[in-house]
Amino acid sequence: MAELLQFLFSGVTVGAVYALVALGFTIIYNASDVVNFAQGEFVMLGGMLTFVCHAAGLPLPLAALIAIVVTSAIGVAMNKLAIEPARGAPVVSLIIITIGASIFIRGGAQLLFGKQIHSFPAFSGDTPLRIGGATILPQSLWVIGGAVVVFVGLWLFFTRTLTGRAVLATSNNRLAAQLVGINTGFVMTLSFALSAGIGALAGVLATPITLTSYDVGLAFALKGFAAAMLGGMGNPKGALAGGFLLGLLEALTAGYLSSQYKDAAAFVVILLVLFFMPQGLFGRKSTERV
Amino acid sequence: MQKTLTTTALATLLALGATAASAEIRIGASVSATGPAAFLGDPEAKTLEMLVEQINEKGGINGEEIALTLYDDGGDPNKARTFATRLIEDDEVVAIIGGSTTGTSMSILSVAEDNEIPFISLAGAIDIIDPVKPFTFKTPHTDRMACQKIFEDMQKQGITTIGMISGTDGFGASMQAQCKSVVGDYGITVAADETYNPTDADMTTQLTKIRNTEGVQAVLNPGFGQGPSIVTRNYRQLAIDLPLYQSHGVASDGFIELAGSEAAEGVRLPGTALLIADQLPADDPQKPVVDAYKTAFEEKTGTAVGTFGGYAHDAFLILTDAITRAGSAEPQAIRDTIEATSGLAGTTGVYTMSPEDHLGLDLSAFRMLQIKGGEWTVVE
Repeated sequence: MAELLQFLFSGVTVGAVYALVALGFTIIYNASDVVNFAQGEFVMLGGMLTFVCHAAGLPLPLAALIAIVVTSAIGVAMNKLAIEPARGAPVVSLIIITIGASIFIRGGAQLLFGKQIHSFPAFSGDTPLRIGGATILPQSLWVIGGAVVVFVGLWLFFTRTLTGRAVLATSNNRLAAQLVGINTGFVMTLSFALSAGIGALAGVLATPITLTSYDVGLAFALKGFAAAMLGGMGNPKGALAGGFLLGLLEALTAGYLSSQYKDAAAFVVILLVLFFMPQGLFGRKSTERV
Repeated sequence: MQKTLTTTALATLLALGATAASAEIRIGASVSATGPAAFLGDPEAKTLEMLVEQINEKGGINGEEIALTLYDDGGDPNKARTFATRLIEDDEVVAIIGGSTTGTSMSILSVAEDNEIPFISLAGAIDIIDPVKPFTFKTPHTDRMACQKIFEDMQKQGITTIGMISGTDGFGASMQAQCKSVVGDYGITVAADETYNPTDADMTTQLTKIRNTEGVQAVLNPGFGQGPSIVTRNYRQLAIDLPLYQSHGVASDGFIELAGSEAAEGVRLPGTALLIADQLPADDPQKPVVDAYKTAFEEKTGTAVGTFGGYAHDAFLILTDAITRAGSAEPQAIRDTIEATSGLAGTTGVYTMSPEDHLGLDLSAFRMLQIKGGEWTVVE
């Protein structure tokens, strides 16, 4: 029993990280149908910049805030310099541009920050909490809490605010959105700023557990993307569920089958889900009107 | 026709000019300064550049300056082969240092052997020097030696059943295989054998399984990068009170920092003299060389020295020592004197080469270290 509980804790810890990354994918996807493969780089920047500021002597909360703001600015710059000039290009081209941007950011980080692995102290200490014979780190609760808060925030944003609906409208039909007076350029800028900010937040919360270096972004992006696909791309509920589900799948496979097949088992399940539900668990059904 | 003549004349002039200015010894290197093996190649490249600078400031070897041609193969064996060929044919080097990984070393060594150019590898696998090839040498201990050192220590503690948790990266997988092949010699059985991906964020699942395996008396974690740090943290999180052994892959101060000195308390691993420079007794043969390298490297780069940079240091030391003794920079003469290296103290150990042994280290080069109060201490 304690064993199962420990596996679940492990799965939830990892799952919360995946969920936070997956949530970052949703906004840009909702605004433009583009899957932003630089999302993992935003996570890396969040952790890396926090480390740099903290090492320079700033208190941790201020360092984290600076990291999130700077990463958001980098997200906006990426939109202005790389995505906007290619406006009108097919979605596939835009996705390839985001891959290019991610390689650029990774290279820049390697030059600026070096290749060392870094970390900073956990927010509430390293003393594990004991629950029913299993243990969980306080930092895991921060990550889980962060994922839930971001989820609620996004859900309210997309369903209750005019700006959120404007984002959805832009994605649905950019021309029509412009005709009803939505500033689609601003919507794109906003969505990149928010996505980058959420990515950076993920990095800030997860780094005390996962550690960070210039090249962690790719792994985050892949797992976050898989989680988002599993849950349904573009739906915050799906991102949250997909993240936790993927984390739990990995932990339970490692626990009861073998750690060798952990990733394989998770991806087989994802393939099966997508085979029967191509839109993911919570994805919107797309209907083509002819 | 005229054009060809001019070009030929120019080329001749250039060649003459080059010969005139070449009171220098050309050494080539191909390391993985970027890419997946950058953690190896990066300190290696920095070390080589620093050492060449140092030696030239002192007037070079036998009055001749050293010219280092350094290529970055990014960990790609094909690129390493191309660079090795270029080093020999275009740059006309007399010896090659390099091959941060076993893969790149294997491709360089075939080129070096064909052209009869001495090659000193910086990679771990025993296959590089076993069977012995006339022109190939290497400086790092083999993974197998690290395993043997660890199992020796376990044997002394009376440990007979262990659990292993290994990274699936090249280093972790190779050491896992080597350890499992020699573990039987020490009367130890591996009761639990788990793995993790180098990018995984949490290993409590695997560690819980190992803890719940009956009879496990100690845990061994072959791997490097962030994995072993996370394993160490999770180990304390689960409050497992069995001895934890790490590999020489994380033998640097960075490991204690990342894992946290509290979590790393009591961790044992086989390391080199480099880690305990300040604790070496004054009469230790490695003391002067270790101190000099540590001070110079840390001053120049601002980062802590690690085992891997030390491999490059030792390769360069063996090579320059051999050239000095040979009194000539002919590849064949260099090869012969490298093979005759005897009692040369490097950062990794004291090297004594022979026609049968192109590594020149034994198990005594490793020192069993334990982390106490955030510091490395020697286990007697």
